[in-house]
Amino acid sequence: MTKALVRARAILRTGLDDRGRTRVETMRSDPPITLRQTAPGEVHLVSTGAGPLGGDRLRLDVEVAEGTSLTVRSIASTLVLPGTGRSLMEIHVYVASGGSLVFAPEPTVLAAACDHRMTTAITLEPDASLFWREEIVFGRHGERPGRCHSRFDATFAGRPLLRQEFVVGDPDADGSPAVFGTARCVGSTLITAASKEAEVAEGVAVLPLAGPGTLVSALAADAVELRNRLSWGESRVSV
Amino acid sequence: MDVTATEAPALTGAASGMPPTTDLTGQPGPADLTGLTGLSGLLLLADSRLPAGGHAHSGGAEEACRTGAISGPEDLARFLRGRLATAGRVAAALAWSACAAAHVPKFPDTEVPDIRAADSGDPTSTGPAGAADAADKWRLLDAEADARIASPAQRLASRTQGRLLVRTAKRIWPSRALEELARDVPDGAHHPIALGVAARAAGCTPAQAAMAAAYTSVTGAATAAVRLLGLDPVTVHRVLADLPYDSVIAEQHDWSALPAHAAPALDLLAEQHLRTEVRLFVS
Amino acid sequence: MSANHDDHHDAPDGHGRALRLGIGGPVGSGKTALTAALCRSLGPSLRLGVVTNDIYTTEDADFLRRAGVIDPDRILAVQTGCCPHTAIRDDIAANIDAVETLEERFGPLDLVIVESGGDNLTATFSRGLADRQIFVLDVSGGDKVPRKGGPGVTSADLLVVNKTDLAPMVGADLTVMSRDAAAVREGKPVLFTSIREDKGAHSVAEWVSGLVESWRHQHSHSHLS
Repeated sequence: MTKALVRARAILRTGLDDRGRTRVETMRSDPPITLRQTAPGEVHLVSTGAGPLGGDRLRLDVEVAEGTSLTVRSIASTLVLPGTGRSLMEIHVYVASGGSLVFAPEPTVLAAACDHRMTTAITLEPDASLFWREEIVFGRHGERPGRCHSRFDATFAGRPLLRQEFVVGDPDADGSPAVFGTARCVGSTLITAASKEAEVAEGVAVLPLAGPGTLVSALAADAVELRNRLSWGESRVSV
Repeated sequence: MDVTATEAPALTGAASGMPPTTDLTGQPGPADLTGLTGLSGLLLLADSRLPAGGHAHSGGAEEACRTGAISGPEDLARFLRGRLATAGRVAAALAWSACAAAHVPKFPDTEVPDIRAADSGDPTSTGPAGAADAADKWRLLDAEADARIASPAQRLASRTQGRLLVRTAKRIWPSRALEELARDVPDGAHHPIALGVAARAAGCTPAQAAMAAAYTSVTGAATAAVRLLGLDPVTVHRVLADLPYDSVIAEQHDWSALPAHAAPALDLLAEQHLRTEVRLFVS
Repeated sequence: MSANHDDHHDAPDGHGRALRLGIGGPVGSGKTALTAALCRSLGPSLRLGVVTNDIYTTEDADFLRRAGVIDPDRILAVQTGCCPHTAIRDDIAANIDAVETLEERFGPLDLVIVESGGDNLTATFSRGLADRQIFVLDVSGGDKVPRKGGPGVTSADLLVVNKTDLAPMVGADLTVMSRDAAAVREGKPVLFTSIREDKGAHSVAEWVSGLVESWRHQHSHSHLS
């Protein structure tokens, strides 16, 4: 691992064009985070180069303006690799009133010996709408993952909507029937839409939050099963 | 366990975006030379015989026993370690915060979250937004607890236990803070918040409140497993004795940044449990 | 009716609230049947609420709801975590919460019945929860049970011996039961019933309405009806 440490900050902002449609106003790529517009109001994250690697500090800012809609996806999953020190991926999101964001990238895969930190901070104004999916896979096939600590904070109209942290690679939590059980992946989707009541099926629950939103939370043996479970849960939430 | 001396220094001049803090007792008094301050309150609060309804909650253990996720002492130990590292850590932080907040009758400098802290990193961090009265204080902390408990079944269990604890504690340790909490969160404060305020009323420090929360986050589940599976109670107590309670307790300031460790399996267990035909425990 | 009973319970001020009546006894003795019978007999004249303490799930509450003897919303079920006696004696918080919830929702009430989960002969209600209590035995447990005593048999305000219709079949001697009960209970009342034959358990219902009447007299300052 002789690669130089990477500092990157990519920025994505929407605005309205003169016909009142969503326009991607700012799209600043900063390798390895490369942004590519694939349709009106739709941007893909294209990873250029491996990683993040230990020591990298990556940041993505997303701002969705009033009355605009943005969808962010990714071409491939993100493979977190070890390096020198801890890698960091932070995402800052602001969705204005009447704005709508769908963020549904491919999973983050934790390779052996990685040491990764992810933070996501989302500010939603009243009437903002959000669909946010996050999937973490504990190692490639047959691999024991390194360590990862993710923190997700979303506020809606100034009040906390959802705050959750996951720690992978903590001997107290790994393999605990209270935390991940025997699962190899964890995923959740936050949707700012109400579901009438909680639902539960094998490895997945649809959880109406105390605030205006629903969390679909799933555990699975592999990424395909995880996506299936999340999709089932997402389909139970009326948007 | 000398938490008083080692883990609860006087809190003064804390950083912005935090609930106000003063000295830990909120009142001048002789120095605690023996390290005994608050210990009797802690013992009473952490005792499973405290008549506050806790005996009927298994914290997901009943469902885990039913599904076979817990079948013996080793599974139980893993269950409890994971529970402590997640739900226990969050409960300890909330209890610490509630106990510290209850030390001050009025909160002239309580701050509510500033929703758009421009470029300063975390947009959800708190910033100055004017004074808040006691009611705002408890509702704000309650909302922070809500945001950390995704499962409605767990929120219900937490509020039910909190309501029962406040009712019991009000009679044992009459105090203004408990009356305020009951008034401001009438549906029942979340259990760790109720525990923090009750701890304050019982003369405990925030560190002791956090210890009570960490400890009770696992003891109910452990007892339930003993009853349901007929495990050797001494073996289970050995498991309880080995748990790293200290590791989930930390001084807390910024409510928006309190630990939020999720336990997806507990969420699933809690929701399944509500839908299970035969239930001996409330949760 | 409660003259034979020292009024030394230390429950919080009973003024302006319903009489809280505990019904306890061993598994299968007929506690739920008695609760249903009391609802049937007293429902037309008294404002009732019922709290059940099921060992398993909400079976007793469901039985009462199906029996159609009381508005189903007036029945609340409490789970006891494998320890029915804990919930009525050592840690009554959940039961108190249920009783107060009923009073808040439907109050004022005249009578709230708290039916315990089936337990052993030592299970009694805390005076913080129940103002008065009934202990229910049945003859099929054997006619020696009253002599064995135990806090339920000796201290309950009323001992009910149920299923008298089965006495000849199980060889239980009601005279023996009556004599032994009188001896260990120091004159406190004992009633023999067969709820199967007397769906309203009328003798017990009469005793309970007497209790409610005297409760009203003693705690009437906010009760004008």
